[in-house]
Amino acid sequence: MYALIAAESAIFTIFVVAYIFYLGKSVSGPTPADVLELPIFSTVCLLSSSLTIHLAVRALRQAKVGAFGLWWFLTLTLGTIFLVSTGREWQHLIYDKGLTVSTNLFGTTYYSLVGLHAFHVTVGLLAIALTMILTLLRKVKPEHSERVEVFSLYWHFVDVVWVIVFTVVYVIGR
Amino acid sequence: MSSESIALSTVGRDARPIGERLHDWVITVDHKKLGILYIVYGLIFLVIGGIEATIMRIQLIVPHNHFVSPEVFNRMFTMHGTTMIFFVVMPILFGFGTYLIPLMIGARDMAFPRLNAFSFWMTTFGGVLLYFSFVGGNGLYGAGNAPDVGWFAYAPLTARAFSPGHSTDFWTLALLVSGVGSIGTAVNFIATILCMRCPGMTLGKMPLLVWLNLIMGGMLILAISPLTAAQIMLSIDRYLGGHFFDTQAGGSAALWMHFFWIFGHPEVYILVVPAFAFASEIIPVFSRKPIFGYPVMVAATICIGFISFSVWAHHMFTIGMSSYGNTFFTVTSMIIAVPTGIKIFNWLGTMWGGKIHFKAPMLFCIGFLFQFLIAGLTGIMLATSPFDWQLGNSYFVVAHFHYVIAGAILFTIFGAFYYWYPKVSGRMYNETLAQWHFWLFIIGFHLTFDFMHIPGILGMPRRIYTYEPGRGWEIWNLIVTIGVFFQIAGVLAFVTNLLWSLWKGETAGSDPWDAWTLEWSTSSPPPDYNFAATPVVRSRRPLWDLKHPEDPDWKYE
Repeated sequence: MYALIAAESAIFTIFVVAYIFYLGKSVSGPTPADVLELPIFSTVCLLSSSLTIHLAVRALRQAKVGAFGLWWFLTLTLGTIFLVSTGREWQHLIYDKGLTVSTNLFGTTYYSLVGLHAFHVTVGLLAIALTMILTLLRKVKPEHSERVEVFSLYWHFVDVVWVIVFTVVYVIGR
Repeated sequence: MSSESIALSTVGRDARPIGERLHDWVITVDHKKLGILYIVYGLIFLVIGGIEATIMRIQLIVPHNHFVSPEVFNRMFTMHGTTMIFFVVMPILFGFGTYLIPLMIGARDMAFPRLNAFSFWMTTFGGVLLYFSFVGGNGLYGAGNAPDVGWFAYAPLTARAFSPGHSTDFWTLALLVSGVGSIGTAVNFIATILCMRCPGMTLGKMPLLVWLNLIMGGMLILAISPLTAAQIMLSIDRYLGGHFFDTQAGGSAALWMHFFWIFGHPEVYILVVPAFAFASEIIPVFSRKPIFGYPVMVAATICIGFISFSVWAHHMFTIGMSSYGNTFFTVTSMIIAVPTGIKIFNWLGTMWGGKIHFKAPMLFCIGFLFQFLIAGLTGIMLATSPFDWQLGNSYFVVAHFHYVIAGAILFTIFGAFYYWYPKVSGRMYNETLAQWHFWLFIIGFHLTFDFMHIPGILGMPRRIYTYEPGRGWEIWNLIVTIGVFFQIAGVLAFVTNLLWSLWKGETAGSDPWDAWTLEWSTSSPPPDYNFAATPVVRSRRPLWDLKHPEDPDWKYE
């Protein structure tokens, strides 16, 4: 998993580099300062889901399957909130502000970077949902804690990437 | 060893119907079968890529030739480059790694057998996708079929306006898909080597092949991902109307070059490091001496791994970078020659004073040493940016990198084929035919690639489908093309040898070379479980210890 994370980091690095390289290079509007708002709420949700997944893994290691289910469900909810608010942000940008992938360079780089991250969130959420179903079917046992922990590495990674994307896109980029 | 008696009972001919046996190969997760699949797949594409090269050379044999049209010529050089890098050399190297790593570290399989199968089939799918473009790439009438944008596919050639139809998309998707497979393989190699070593095999006691594949895995992970990212961007440009590489909308064509070569240069080392690994296993056995300077070899390879990520823009001296950029990449490209030179001296040190047996695997490794040295020297010449301004994109460059990829990598791959053939098939190859292969191929190689430097210096650019007479290029192009036919004859001898020996070769026994690493301690071919009892290792040459209990290695390490 660490090796996979290294590979994923390299992919994200390239997209971040492209984003920074093209900052302010768009030949037409809209610019980031015109349209982007700080997604504080969804960021808080995503980052706190890192905490809940950590607590879930700890609960499973201590054989508390009930507590694990609860924390796991919370993680799923927080992640879904993040994904939904990204979706709403995109809807706002596309329909109200008229920014699409092909509008200008900002659109191209913004949607690909944030979209790549959202894609990773989606993959993570699918895995979390699958585990949730297995938990409800009482198939998840304390001996699976190692697998869950390996997966939680991925989820932490997705969060760390969001910190970088947030800084680059919403703080520096504006 | 005690495993022998158990192993022998499983070696007998499989009596099941052919359909069932083929089905076994398709669903297999056994590292040995997957390794063989990788290698066979690579060999098939080697023949295809070779045919494409031959078509180009026939076209260039005389000025104003009409053997193929300019469009077909463009497709040939694109497909030849892409095929040889991604679907010949990489699968063959992965195949040897997949086959040998578990055997060399005393494990029963890779860490993730199913991921292993997944990676192989992704790579296969990538190759099929690329070649499907010949029939399915005809998106618009007259827009051509196979990709024709060159193997590094510079923007804006790949933009919709200049590459209508789907040929470029097939290229993009093929590399994307096989890239996913490569990352899976890299993850698997690293996890296997770090977690599955047998008792006693510390990192410092691993065979060099395993060490070098570990480093190669790390490089793969960091190098393939930028390519994947760049391919995603290109797809966004082509399908969603993005502007990454669209200079009309403020995008940058140079950014593609950077992204491609951030992958592209480490890729050269990804290919050559496993080639070093073969040489590091073969040269000691045929010199009857342990490898000279084991820790230095490992350290030098790690240095190469790191430095290889800071040299990429020496492919781009001619696009007009700042003088600081040029200086930086000239200096790093020269620094990387230092660890590479250390390795050459270590191989020479291994041979020095040894009792050298000139069998086919060793001959190919000696050829490799000699040609890799020359490839390194022309590399240093091209790393000097003013020199590169003169010769960039000429046949001198083509000759240089073929010296690396054919002269160094392909030669060690042939050596590795002959060295491990008895282990994989259980039968010896025919030594006479192998010697014919070596001599035909080395004559053909030098005819082709030595003389290819000269038209480059005389100003012949690469990727032209024909040329004017009277520039002094004719005789050199004629010699270069003649060399190709010697190489074809060599490869025919090689393929004949492999197939013929499979049926008629002498039985090899478990250790025909009197070698020292663990794969030779089990039967040939190894049983499904590799080792009946998990081996325990005390030195870098476990089989030496076993054969010479009075003077074991571990007393000195």
